[in-house]
Amino acid sequence: MPELVVTVARFGFLILLWIFVFTVVGVIRRDLFAGARSGRLVAAPRAVGASLGQPAKQARVKRGRAAHQLVVTAGQLAGTRITLGEAQITIGRAEDSTLVITDDYASARHARLVPREGQWFVEDLGSTNGTYLDRAKVTGPTPVPLGVPIRIGRTSLELRP
Amino acid sequence: MTAAATPASSPANAGERPGVRLARSRRNAELSLLLLAMVLVAAYGAMVEANVLETVTPDFWIPAATLTAVFLGLHVVIRFLAPFADPALLPAVALLNGLGVGFLRRFDLARATPAERAELATFAGTGGRQLAWTLISVLLAAALLVVVRDHRSISRYAYTLGLGGIVLVMLPAVLPASMSEVNGAKIWVRVGNFGIQPGEFAKLALLAFFAYYLVRKREVLSLASRRFLGIDFPRGRDLGPVLVVWLISLLVLVFEKDLGTSLLYFGMFVVTLYIATERVSWLLIGLVLFFGGVYVAYVLGEAVGGPFANFYLRAQIWMDPFADPYNDGYQLVQGLLALGTGGLFGAGPGGGQPGKLPLVENDFIFAGLGEELGLFGLSALLVIYLLIVERGLRAALAVRDSFGKLLAGGLAFTLGLQVFVIVGGISKLIPLTGQTTPFLSAGGSSLMANWLLIAILLRVSDGARRPVVGGGTAARPSGGPPEQLHGAPTEVIKP
Repeated sequence: MPELVVTVARFGFLILLWIFVFTVVGVIRRDLFAGARSGRLVAAPRAVGASLGQPAKQARVKRGRAAHQLVVTAGQLAGTRITLGEAQITIGRAEDSTLVITDDYASARHARLVPREGQWFVEDLGSTNGTYLDRAKVTGPTPVPLGVPIRIGRTSLELRP
Repeated sequence: MTAAATPASSPANAGERPGVRLARSRRNAELSLLLLAMVLVAAYGAMVEANVLETVTPDFWIPAATLTAVFLGLHVVIRFLAPFADPALLPAVALLNGLGVGFLRRFDLARATPAERAELATFAGTGGRQLAWTLISVLLAAALLVVVRDHRSISRYAYTLGLGGIVLVMLPAVLPASMSEVNGAKIWVRVGNFGIQPGEFAKLALLAFFAYYLVRKREVLSLASRRFLGIDFPRGRDLGPVLVVWLISLLVLVFEKDLGTSLLYFGMFVVTLYIATERVSWLLIGLVLFFGGVYVAYVLGEAVGGPFANFYLRAQIWMDPFADPYNDGYQLVQGLLALGTGGLFGAGPGGGQPGKLPLVENDFIFAGLGEELGLFGLSALLVIYLLIVERGLRAALAVRDSFGKLLAGGLAFTLGLQVFVIVGGISKLIPLTGQTTPFLSAGGSSLMANWLLIAILLRVSDGARRPVVGGGTAARPSGGPPEQLHGAPTEVIKP
């Protein structure tokens, strides 16, 4: 075997080894963000509306009406509805939560929704990645207007009449 | 009212879409990665022949093709039985396993006389045996995927597995040395020429038991505690099991003269405890207990000798291998020299002198590979190990049940710890212990146990990535009752 071929093969092999590593990383990367992309696709029409401040305005108009449903609008559980009653609703990955969400960015006991005199309040339970009401981070019990998305990881929830 | 009704119905319709997107099983990505890995293995084989024999024989591709067929078989099994399993696991492991077989075959070629080389059959020599073991291990992994359709069913046999694990650990210690001792480590069960290392399998069984035990006890362990120096320490009585495992691992250390395995068991248990309780105090307690135990063993070894002498000797070699480079320190010194000779880019596959390395087909395979692939190639291999461990931990994060989380997290960590223990050993970061390098070292027990480990990870990751069908209820392979949303009446709308 000529020396040149052997040397080229030697370095070529090492480069191919690293190409393999980066291809695996690429597959993993696409895998990680596939879920996020799909979430955005589904949520897009509502999220766009939310960012324009439309739902907030709507909510102010609808203030008098009571919320009857909690709807998951984005994330793996999209489409799930919970009929609201008098009981509080806990959200998290723990199996005993009212709404068990499978989201890598959610904590076991992430947040809860508590009714007080006809108004629902969202409260963060010390989650790692935080709970957001529309764009604002929830720090204490915050009243939730109708139609404003509560964001937990990749999941979005809304109150509906 | 109509304005409110329209947006309400659209997410319900759209609810199908994330399911469809997430339902991509990525099996084709796995297939192409696997083929790329096999191209690498074939290229390695060709370069070895070019360097050692100075010509590429026409049937250099046979071992690589055999491996490809075996792994493709497993790929098909995964496609049908675990369609949503992680796509990166199988190709990464297949590459490591293939390079292991290739290196062992290269070692055979270097040792054989020219006459023998001509007729080195596919299944002959160390490399051929490893090839056969790979075949058996992959069959076992496929069998596990066939039998265990849902990882939660493993928890039903947790106590049996725990008992079996302890028996397997203890077996070499109680057998006479003639049946259990090889190269100073009592970790074998040998009957005639045939031997297995039961500890490799015990690790899986014990981990399944730990996971089950901790799922049942996690509340007590994480809630009942006393605060001291700003860290929550568990109550004394809850320390019971961790102390028992600590004692077992110390007994392994003393009677089986195997520091690596004892470190492995102990680290495994402490980390599953940490995953279960999220308490940093367990890690601190674990580290203090382990280093305390090792220090006591070292001091006893110096003062008393006896069962502790072996450990004392290994620590001495670790601190100064060049004190006695031809006897006690011989293995470690040769390993370090091989790594040094390799330098940045190595001598090329087949260009090194693995014959000068003691135990190169086992403990020192990483040093042998380092001589030929250099730092550049070795770090690629280490990154591949890292990716396997990362995928395991990711499966643990994503899976919904606690048992699966602990099982996958513990298994992935154990694999990582084992790589650390052996690579740390040959590079003189920690005292050298007789651990196998997962998927690379020659040896059936280690290969079989590690492939079983990967099969369990594949099964858990399949459960974790399986899309949630129809809103709140997961598609349960077992067909169990749908998950309850406690405390509130729910209406799940099936799209």
